[in-house]
Amino acid sequence: MKQFFAFVTKEFSHVFRDRKTLLMLFGVPIVQIVLFGFALTNEIKNSNIVIVDNAKDLASQQIITKIASTDYFKIRKDLMSASQIDAAFKSGDIKMAIVFPENFYTDLLHTNKAQIQVIADASDPNTGTTLTNYVTGIIAAYQAQLNATIPIPEQINISTRMLYNPDLKGAPNFVPGVIAMVMLLICVMMTSISIVREKELGTMEVLLVSPFKPLYVILAKAVPYLVLSLINLTVILLLSVFALDLPIKGSILLLYAVSTMYIITSLSLGLLVSTGAKSQYGAMTLSLVGMMLPTMMLSGYIFPIENMPLVLRILSNVVPAKWFYLIIKDVMLKGLGFSYIWKETLILFGMTVFFLTLSLRNFKTRLE
Amino acid sequence: MRTLKFLLQKEFRQIFRNKNILRMMFMTPIIQLIILPQAANYTIRNINIAVIDLDHSSYSQKFVNKVLSSGYFKLAALAPDYKAGYDLIEKDKADILIEIPQGFESKLNTEQSQTISLSVDAINGVKAAVGSGYLTNIIQDFNNQIRLDWIQPSTMNQMPTIDVASSNWYNPNLSYYLFMVPGILVLLVTLIGGNMTSQNIVREKEMGTIEQINVTPVKKYHFILGKLIPFWVLGVIVFTLGLLIARVVYGIIPLGSVALLYLFVTVYLIAIMGFGLLISTYSETPMQANSLTFFFMQIFNMMGGLYTPIDSMPGWAKVLTDVIPISYFIDVMRMIVIKGSHFHDIIPHILIVLLMGVVLNTWAILNYRKTT
Repeated sequence: MKQFFAFVTKEFSHVFRDRKTLLMLFGVPIVQIVLFGFALTNEIKNSNIVIVDNAKDLASQQIITKIASTDYFKIRKDLMSASQIDAAFKSGDIKMAIVFPENFYTDLLHTNKAQIQVIADASDPNTGTTLTNYVTGIIAAYQAQLNATIPIPEQINISTRMLYNPDLKGAPNFVPGVIAMVMLLICVMMTSISIVREKELGTMEVLLVSPFKPLYVILAKAVPYLVLSLINLTVILLLSVFALDLPIKGSILLLYAVSTMYIITSLSLGLLVSTGAKSQYGAMTLSLVGMMLPTMMLSGYIFPIENMPLVLRILSNVVPAKWFYLIIKDVMLKGLGFSYIWKETLILFGMTVFFLTLSLRNFKTRLE
Repeated sequence: MRTLKFLLQKEFRQIFRNKNILRMMFMTPIIQLIILPQAANYTIRNINIAVIDLDHSSYSQKFVNKVLSSGYFKLAALAPDYKAGYDLIEKDKADILIEIPQGFESKLNTEQSQTISLSVDAINGVKAAVGSGYLTNIIQDFNNQIRLDWIQPSTMNQMPTIDVASSNWYNPNLSYYLFMVPGILVLLVTLIGGNMTSQNIVREKEMGTIEQINVTPVKKYHFILGKLIPFWVLGVIVFTLGLLIARVVYGIIPLGSVALLYLFVTVYLIAIMGFGLLISTYSETPMQANSLTFFFMQIFNMMGGLYTPIDSMPGWAKVLTDVIPISYFIDVMRMIVIKGSHFHDIIPHILIVLLMGVVLNTWAILNYRKTT
């Protein structure tokens, strides 16, 4: 035991000696949580649009005023004719064009029918359809206003309650996702590199010929990162509560317990990477290039998993971040207890056992 | 010139000697480009609903059937009361809870108005908004249907109606592949380019070989160029492979000029590699270079406009996207590939990225010291 602590102390000195890395270790989660928490949202707003008003009558003016009063659109007035729309789309200035025909209001009054043309730049399908829906909604509201004098029988009203996130903000979804991703990537990267570094510098041999068990050498390496990650988690949670106004509805103790589990999962994955990589460069490529994108896209916080093809839905199950994202959402935002998350926790535990067994089997105690 | 030739020879040899890394460098982007776009789909479908039908009438039956036949929703369960339904939301079994009040059908006829309540799990705001939006439309549709059963159609036509004729240009099928594949390719080229260069000089530092170079008469800019050119070549190869995959796997053929794409990738790689070199000159160990690269790559990744629209970001975040090179490349890729934009459309983008390249590389050269 005394030996073990001596090794842990050694690892801590390694970590603390490298001030730049230490700074990054803490800087990365803080900056990213704040940055992404405030900046990322899937909502579509402030889109530049252009309105070609060939009618210039009462109805078109009223609709334009309605459109201008939302913060979904920013109306750019420098386009006068429909023939310029294509060029404006191509230079990326605008996302949508709305064209009112001539005699819009007279048609509406006399024939009870009028048409508005809405052209979306659908190169981003999400933005394109969302903007079209906004406009359709605004026009439907205007129409209802016109028809307000006619009594409508058999009206079905809808009352909608948005649970957990009444303002439909981006942060409640992105913050748990970013926590899951950042913790995983940092832990994997740091452990794998710190182990491979000893191999590359040749100091691993010295450790392996010592009477100390190889298993403990590895465990001692993981301890500082476990401690640092827990400190990181604390900072992240404080930021989420005080800077981003996210609640912690569930038990903090439970949150820490499952997070510790997740950190251990990540550390053991890092260990596994280190047994596969020969150089720091290789470890870095594997953990950064190889893991960043899959973790992000398959954990479900950006793209909904249920819409993916079957193969990817199955594949997403091996991404640890997916499970932790579910856990943290349940505990933090929904305030649920352990009985709701035991399955996810068990899966993380299973992964940890798997990673550890595999890496201990692959861990070479001899030189080649 | 001769010095540069020998330096290049050395760098290329080092790259090709390490087959493992070379394989990783090509295989990871290829595999990711084949798999990941399949995941990148914002279309919201398969929304799980739980229904609390307190009415059990023909209207409520008809309504539930109408919701399910829309194709967007899956019935997770029929819940007896609100508490049971809420429990389904907590367990992530249901996304939306629909409550049909008791006496829905009879009171709709007698009192002329009834309310259907929706409770939506709104942690993912967009999913919540889209899902409840679909339902609102379906309810309105349903409402019109039952009205038609009661009222003469002729009275309905007297209301003035505005018809919205919408069209989706450039991507009429609303394909997400068309949108995401070019963007993901940009990200992969950035990851590879930035990662390779940021590790390079620092690797020589760690190995001690940098001192051997420092004592030679090799000029600073020779040294930097010698590092830059091989990786530039590799970056262009990865980009080419990516374009081929886009074509073969996803059937995406750039609408605009491919030469223009290569012109931009040339400029862009210089900028992003200058950035990697800069990180390398500031770091003493690969670990430092690594954590710095990770930090910036994460920001590039999330803030470049690949996943969430830049227009929706707050003002200060937009300023940030203006100074990171990747946002320009993602923009240009999508403009040229999807819309077929011309050279004059992307002149501002090219000039800004060129400026970034010059600044970053000059900075890296100035910051690289041959003495310690």
